[in-house]
Formats: sequence, C-alpha cells, structure tokens
Amino acid sequence: MIFKLNIWRQQGPEAKGFFEAHEVDASEDSSFLEMLDALNENLILAGKDPVAFDFDCREGICGSCNLVINGTPHGKHKATTTCQQYMRDYVDDKELWIEPWRATAFPVIKDLIVDRSSFDRIIQSGGYIPIRTGSACEANTLPIEKEVADRAFDAATCIGCGACVAVCPNASATLFVAAKVAHLSTLPQGQMDKDRPARLLKAMEDEGFGSCSNYRECERVCPKEIKVTTITKMNRFLYRSG
Amino acid sequence: MSEFELDSHAPKGPLQDRWKQHKFNSRVVSPANRKKYTVIVVGTGLAGASAAASLGEMGYKVKTFCFQDSPRRAHSIAAQGGINAAKNYQNDGDSVWRLFYDTIKGGDFRARESNVFRLAELSTSIIDQAVAQGVPFAREYSGYLANRSFGGAQVSRTFYARGQTGQQLLLGAYQAMSRQIAAGSVTHRSRCEMQDLIMDGDRAIGIVTRDLVTGELESHLADCVVLCTGGYSNAFYLSTNAKGCNASAIWRAHKKGALFANPCFTQIHPTCIPQQGELQSKLTLMSESLRNDGRVWAPKNKADADKRPEDIAEADRDYFLERIYPSFGNLVPRDIASRAVKQICDEGRGVGAEIDGRKLGVYLDFADAIRNQGLEAVREKYGNLFEMYQRITAEDPYQTPMRIYPAVHYTMGGLWVDYNLMTSIDGLFAGGEANFSDHGANRLGASALMQGLADGYFILPTTVSDYLARRKPIKTEQYQSQANAAIEEAQSRINRLMNAPDASVTADDFHRQLGQILWHACGMARERDTLLSAIDKIRALRDEFWHKVKITGEAEQLNQTLERAGRVADFFELAELMCLDALDREESCGCHAREEHLTEDGEARRNDMDYSYVAAWQYSGDISKPALFREYLHFDFVRPSIRNYQ
Ligand SMILES: Cc1cc2nc3c(=O)[nH]c(=O)nc-3n(C[C@H](O)[C@H](O)[C@H](O)COP(=O)(O)OP(=O)(O)OC[C@H]3O[C@@H](n4cnc5c(N)ncnc54)[C@H](O)[C@@H]3O)c2cc1C
Ligand code: SF4
Ligand code: FES
Repeated sequence: MIFKLNIWRQQGPEAKGFFEAHEVDASEDSSFLEMLDALNENLILAGKDPVAFDFDCREGICGSCNLVINGTPHGKHKATTTCQQYMRDYVDDKELWIEPWRATAFPVIKDLIVDRSSFDRIIQSGGYIPIRTGSACEANTLPIEKEVADRAFDAATCIGCGACVAVCPNASATLFVAAKVAHLSTLPQGQMDKDRPARLLKAMEDEGFGSCSNYRECERVCPKEIKVTTITKMNRFLYRSG
Repeated sequence: MSEFELDSHAPKGPLQDRWKQHKFNSRVVSPANRKKYTVIVVGTGLAGASAAASLGEMGYKVKTFCFQDSPRRAHSIAAQGGINAAKNYQNDGDSVWRLFYDTIKGGDFRARESNVFRLAELSTSIIDQAVAQGVPFAREYSGYLANRSFGGAQVSRTFYARGQTGQQLLLGAYQAMSRQIAAGSVTHRSRCEMQDLIMDGDRAIGIVTRDLVTGELESHLADCVVLCTGGYSNAFYLSTNAKGCNASAIWRAHKKGALFANPCFTQIHPTCIPQQGELQSKLTLMSESLRNDGRVWAPKNKADADKRPEDIAEADRDYFLERIYPSFGNLVPRDIASRAVKQICDEGRGVGAEIDGRKLGVYLDFADAIRNQGLEAVREKYGNLFEMYQRITAEDPYQTPMRIYPAVHYTMGGLWVDYNLMTSIDGLFAGGEANFSDHGANRLGASALMQGLADGYFILPTTVSDYLARRKPIKTEQYQSQANAAIEEAQSRINRLMNAPDASVTADDFHRQLGQILWHACGMARERDTLLSAIDKIRALRDEFWHKVKITGEAEQLNQTLERAGRVADFFELAELMCLDALDREESCGCHAREEHLTEDGEARRNDMDYSYVAAWQYSGDISKPALFREYLHFDFVRPSIRNYQ
C-alpha cells in the first residue's frame, strides 16, 4: 500500500532543515525501517541522496534507531523501538511525519541522524563499578536476593536510545541517568560508590541536558518501560550520599 | 608471498597445565614502560571492549574504533540465551574437563585441544568478573546464581540475564572500557570504520580508517593491532546478525596476508522467525532456550500444511526431533536440528508463508509447557521473547504455536590465529567471532559470549604483552610513507566504488542476489556441482557489481550507501572463498553437510583420515586462486568419536 511521508532533511549540523514529501509503496507486513529502505532504494535509483537514519540490530535491543513518528519518539506502538514498529499499525494514518530526536545535547549530524555521544560521556563520569580484570572474588561468595537482582535488572535494560530526552520538554536525560544509577547502586557491589548519582547528574548538566521537573513524558515513550519511580530511587541514593 | 609453516604455537605437556605454563613463559612489560606502547583494538563488542578495558587498565595506550555511534551498540548486545561456565553450581557433574569435551565434540572434532581447554578453564573467571561489574544474572530465591541447560548440553551450566545476556555482558564491558576512557588510557572513536591495514614489510603497524561522519581517511600507527570485528554471517544477506555486521576488517587483513581459516563453517540456527516477504531486511532469532520447553513439530500429512495448528489432531502431529533423537529430543545441537527442519520442509510438510514456492517453517509449541508449569512460569522465562515474536508476526505464541525456520547465525570460520590469538601477520591479533579458534565445525549455544570474553579479558592481555615485551616501541615518524600509501589505496577503492561506469543497480540489490546464491549452495546442504556453479555465478555477479553499483551522495560526508557498498564488495570476494573451502572439504562435519557424505539417515559422515585439519587459505593476488595451508589437528586427550545424539 502507498504511504505518504514528510521526512526531515538536513544536510549537516549547521544547515537549515526542512520537511520533504515522499510517497512509498510498502507491504503492511514490512517494518517501519524496511519501508524507509524501500524509499531509499527508489531515491538512489533516481539519482538522489537517500535519507540518512540510524539502525543496526533491528531487534529492539541496540538502541541505534531513533525516529520521531507523528510527534512521538519511536512511534505509536508502546514499549517498542522504531525498528520494531510495523506498517500494519500505520495503515490508517493519512500522512507520516518523520523527524530526528531534537535536543541541544543531541545535535543533528545529517537528516534523521543525531550525535548521542553525550550519553557515552555521562557513563564515563561514573556509570560503572570499578573492578580490575581478574581481581573479582568467586561469584557465589556474594549472594544477592533475587528480588534485588531483579530490580537491578529492570533498570539495567535501558538501551541508551535517548527517547526520554527527545520527548521531554526540558530535554532532560534524568530517566537515562536514573536507570544507570538504579542498576548499579541497587546491587551490593555497586554501593561503595556513594557519589555516583551526583557525578552522573553533573555530567548530564555539563552536556547541556535540562533537569527534571516531573512531566513524566519519558516513561510514556521509553521502549524498555523504565519507570519514573526509578528517578525517585536515584534521588534516595542521592540524599543518602549527601 | 612466502611459504611458511603453520605453527599453532600450542604448548605441550598436560592439558590442564598448558595455559598456566604458557602464562609463566610469557614476558611482561614493566608498568613504567607500558604507556610507551600503543595498541589498536578495532571493534568494541564483547571481545574488543573487554580487551580494551583490560589492556588500558594495565597501562598501555589503547585506541579503539567501532562503526556504530557508541560501543554499547555492538552486535554482541543482541545475544539472548546465555553464557556457559564450568562452575558446577548445580552439582550435576559439570567440570572444566566436561565443558572442554562437550565443546570439542560439539565442534565435531575440528578445533584445537589446547585452545578449547583454555576456554573451558577461563569460563569460570568470566562469571566472577561479570558479577563483580554488576551484571544482573538470574538468581535463585536463595540468592545464588541460577543456571539453565542450553543447546545440546546435558548439564545446567548456562548463566543468563533473562533473554538479554549479551546486552548485560556488553554493558559490563562497555562500562569497564568507559572507565578507562575517563582515566585517559583508552581513546575511542565511534562512527569510524577500518578500511585497511598498514604494513611494514610483514608486520602490521596500524590501520586506515574512514570517519563515517566526515568521510575523512586517516592513518593510525601502533605497536600492534587487534581485530575484534565480529562475524560474517551477513555475507548471506539475510541472517540474524545486526545490519552493520561485516567482514571488511578481516577481509582486508586477509588480502594483506592473514590466512583465513575454515571460511565455510557457518552456523545455521534452527529457531528463527521464518521469512515473511521478499524485501525483508533481516531475520530474527528466537533464543535457543525456547527449545527447553517448546516442542518442535510439523504435520504428519502434507494435506494438513494449510490447516490452523489448533485444528491438527495430536495424532497427526510429528514431533520429529523427539522421534528421531529420543535421548536429546528437542535439545539436539543446532546443526542437527536445522537439518531436520529443512528435511521436513523439503518433504513438503512445512507451514506458514510461502517463499519461492515452498512453505518454510515448522511449529514450536508451548501448549504443554503452559499446561504443566502454568502461564506465569512460562511468562517469567520467555515473556520478552514471546512479545518480540508477536510484534513481528502479529501472532500470539501463548495461544498458537510459534513458527520457526533455520537462519544463518554465526560464523565459526575467521582469521586463522595461533595459541596467542595472533594471525599469520606479525603483530596482528584477532579475538571474538572474528577469529576461527575454538568452535571447530559447529558452535555450542552460549559459547560465543564465553569465547569473546575469554579472549578479551584474559588471553589477549597476556599474549599482547608478551608480543610487546619483545619489541621496542615504534617511532611513528618513520612510517609515514607506509601510512600514506595505505590511505591512497583506500581512496582509490572508494573512487572506484563511487564511479562505476554503468551505475544502475543498488548495493542492496546485489547483496540480496549474492545472499540467494550462497544460501542455496553454501547453506544447510552443500554439494559439488551446486558449489561449482555458485562460484561461477559469484564471479559473474561480482564483475557486474563493480560495473553497475550505484551510489549517490558524496564520499566526503556521511554516506550510508557507500558504507554498505564497501561491505558488499568484500562479501563478494569472501563468498567465493567460502564456496572454494566447502568444495575442498570432501566430508561432512558439524555445520558442513556435503550431500555426497551423509549417511542414509542424513547424518554427517566425517572423514578423519583425510580432513582432520584446519583449512587456512592464503590470498595469492588472485581471489579465485587462493593457496591452501593445512593445520593438522592432533587429539591426545579425547578420541574423536561419531557424534551420536540419538
Ligand atoms: C541474535 C543473536 C543471538 C546470540 N545469542 C548468543 C547467546 O545467547 N550466547 C552466545 O554465547 N552467543 C550468542 N550469539 C553469538 C554472539 O553474540 C556473538 O558471536 C558475539 O557477541 C560476537 O562478539 P564480538 O565481540 O566478536 O563481535 P561484535 O559484538 O559483533 O562486535 C564487532 C565490533 O566490531 C566493530 N566493527 C566491525 N567492523 C568494523 C570495521 N570495519 N571498522 C571498525 N569497527 C568495526 C563493530 O562496530 C563492533 O564494535 C548470538 C548471536 C546473534 C546474532
Ligand atoms: S531510559 Fe528508556 S528512553 Fe531513556 S535511553 Fe533508556 S531505554 Fe531509551
Ligand atoms: S535498530 Fe537496534 S534497537 Fe532498533
């Protein structure tokens, strides 16, 4: 079936962007990105520059894909990355508006591709448990309650996609930061580093992300269903350290 | 190129002492001198990130590269099922020796004893390391680590983090590496792809990269280079690998002299979601762990293939794995399960969508598991996998059985390496899926994560140090001409791609055609005449590719079409070598099923007299005429037996 698209095009970080209209014929069973693949093959054959967008695993786990579809980061199917959206869910949409993540800390590189290296730098500021290779103790000498391990896991599933930032009116990365803090600081081996929350939050601010004022939009679009209660948990760790 | 003796440098003596002894014999660099050495690590998946973190921590200057926008997105992130380790926490008789034996046997006796034993030995330290980093492995209510049995193992030795083990292990390694970046010992470049190796005579001294944002070609010189760039399943176009996975780094190294070992050993995974349409871009794996509780079946009668599964009576269902392999049942190794599924579909008993006139799928049914264990227990174990399945197919596996079909998944072949993980090029190492080392002709489930991390955390830091300790730090100023020559070579290749004389066909289109040829000739079943005709077709299509590939946009900026075309160009050359290797190996073993060498029941017939070797291919200057070196395998501790899973 024919889909009508309005796609954000932008030659480079400094260039002015604009929406470009296209039509593409794609099967309802194709994924959203396969629909864009089809468009790009047409563009190439027509001698035009294809639309640049990020992707890799196409399984919803690597966190590469990142499109705002009709105003919603990752699209309408909840708890789902862009690459796992299927066109069968979009057959009733008259037009599709496709845009990049928009945030000061995520500058556009080209078209729909943005620079998310700020997330890497946040992790570098303290998103790890320092343990020298080969110096770990035998794994079962440290039993951890299943419930605690499960809670850590729930936070650890964050894929670093940045949808929480893209949807936030403040362009805050608090949910991303909280997920890392809740993952590591919930575990006994991660509790030694009391400054982790403060350091990560400072790095977030230094990168130009806004701060959290409880819009709770992030929770709505997070493909891994990281909850805003994670932020409450982080705040508890923060006050405990202070 | 010179003739040389293939020496694995595997130590002698009792198997259990070899790695210890080897470590003791390895030289070390004094801490004060380490920062004078630069180590390049290309690829920051499990193998590369763990190697970089460990080498950086030791004090070397490490430079890392990946093509994604962050190391956290490497393909390792997609591994679902788990990681093996011989901890014997379940007290079910596991041991280092048993894991060693299972891995050698699973690989159908086509791997080196020394390497595999070391892998089994190191497996336990990996779990310790990961837990200390905060990897949230599954736990029992007692608080101790949980295990499950996985893909062909009769003991429970697989550690897992729901269906996201690869993600959690990769985040552990990525975070360890991030810590070194903050400490200044590791310098990382994302969106930066290796184009070629820089050589000084026979020695690797650096790489040329293309900055994927600006298109700029740059040279990086170092005391040694480590390639951890993953596997080449995407040669088949459709595979379970991430879209960007490619063979370019190892292939360019091959063309600079690194031997390529066992290229035809490619693993087909039995449980993937069947292809739905012609323009599908990738296949999705359903974790092997599903076979622990799911039962595989197909209709007994062809006539039932179009019926809804619910409407097929129990008596009309053929639980063929349980029938053919009563003792292992649904848990037979991957190659065996895949071939059985293919057989059923070839007989016309497949179900689901028709591709090329054939229904390619069988059922994987959880009805019994739900009945016996309850819905909640099944949801707890497989919830996220069921969701993923439903999202892709719009069918609910809690209500109706899943459909599965085999797909290309993993490549056991790769750059030939010795016991030190050094390739046949001096100063060039390879780790993770990029090397050929430990899995022989078939990899067991949950063993790739183990191997990647054993290579990265424990083996490479020792062997790279030993290599550096024998040399003075290089003076980069002396090698500018070599660096410039390599940049020029990379530039002319890009120019050629950008300016095909009759540009009219997309790289993806060529890739799909190549994938079809490979899948039919060098997939689940191989046969002489098909391979010969595939080789002709690949050569013809490759010529056409260079003549007609169409790339729009500029080379001097972000250009994903150019990136893809460069990778496809390398797949075209590798594909031929895969077929040549499959042709050379006149036996069936593991994944490699030569139709001429199967028993009447369709089981692999190995030929140890003539083929108990690693086939290591050398580039001769002509892609079609590679030279074959044989590394003969010696089994001093296990006796190669016939794999029997019945
Ligand atoms: C869907 C799926 C599920 C799996 N599940 C399991 C499992 O449960 N258990 C198990 O043990 N194994 C599993 N495997 C296999 C396992 O995940 C891989 O073999 C393993 O993760 C490979 O790790 P690696 O570090 O070698 O390579 P990768 O993780 O693929 O990393 C490759 C790195 O190289 C970089 N790179 C590649 N080419 C270039 C270049 N030219 N220039 C610069 N950088 C480059 C990439 O950016 C990346 O950083 C699974 C595989 C798949 C496909
Ligand atoms: S918290 Fe959710 S939305 Fe934000 S980066 Fe992580 S996975 Fe993406
Ligand atoms: S492409 Fe990996 S999450 Fe979408």
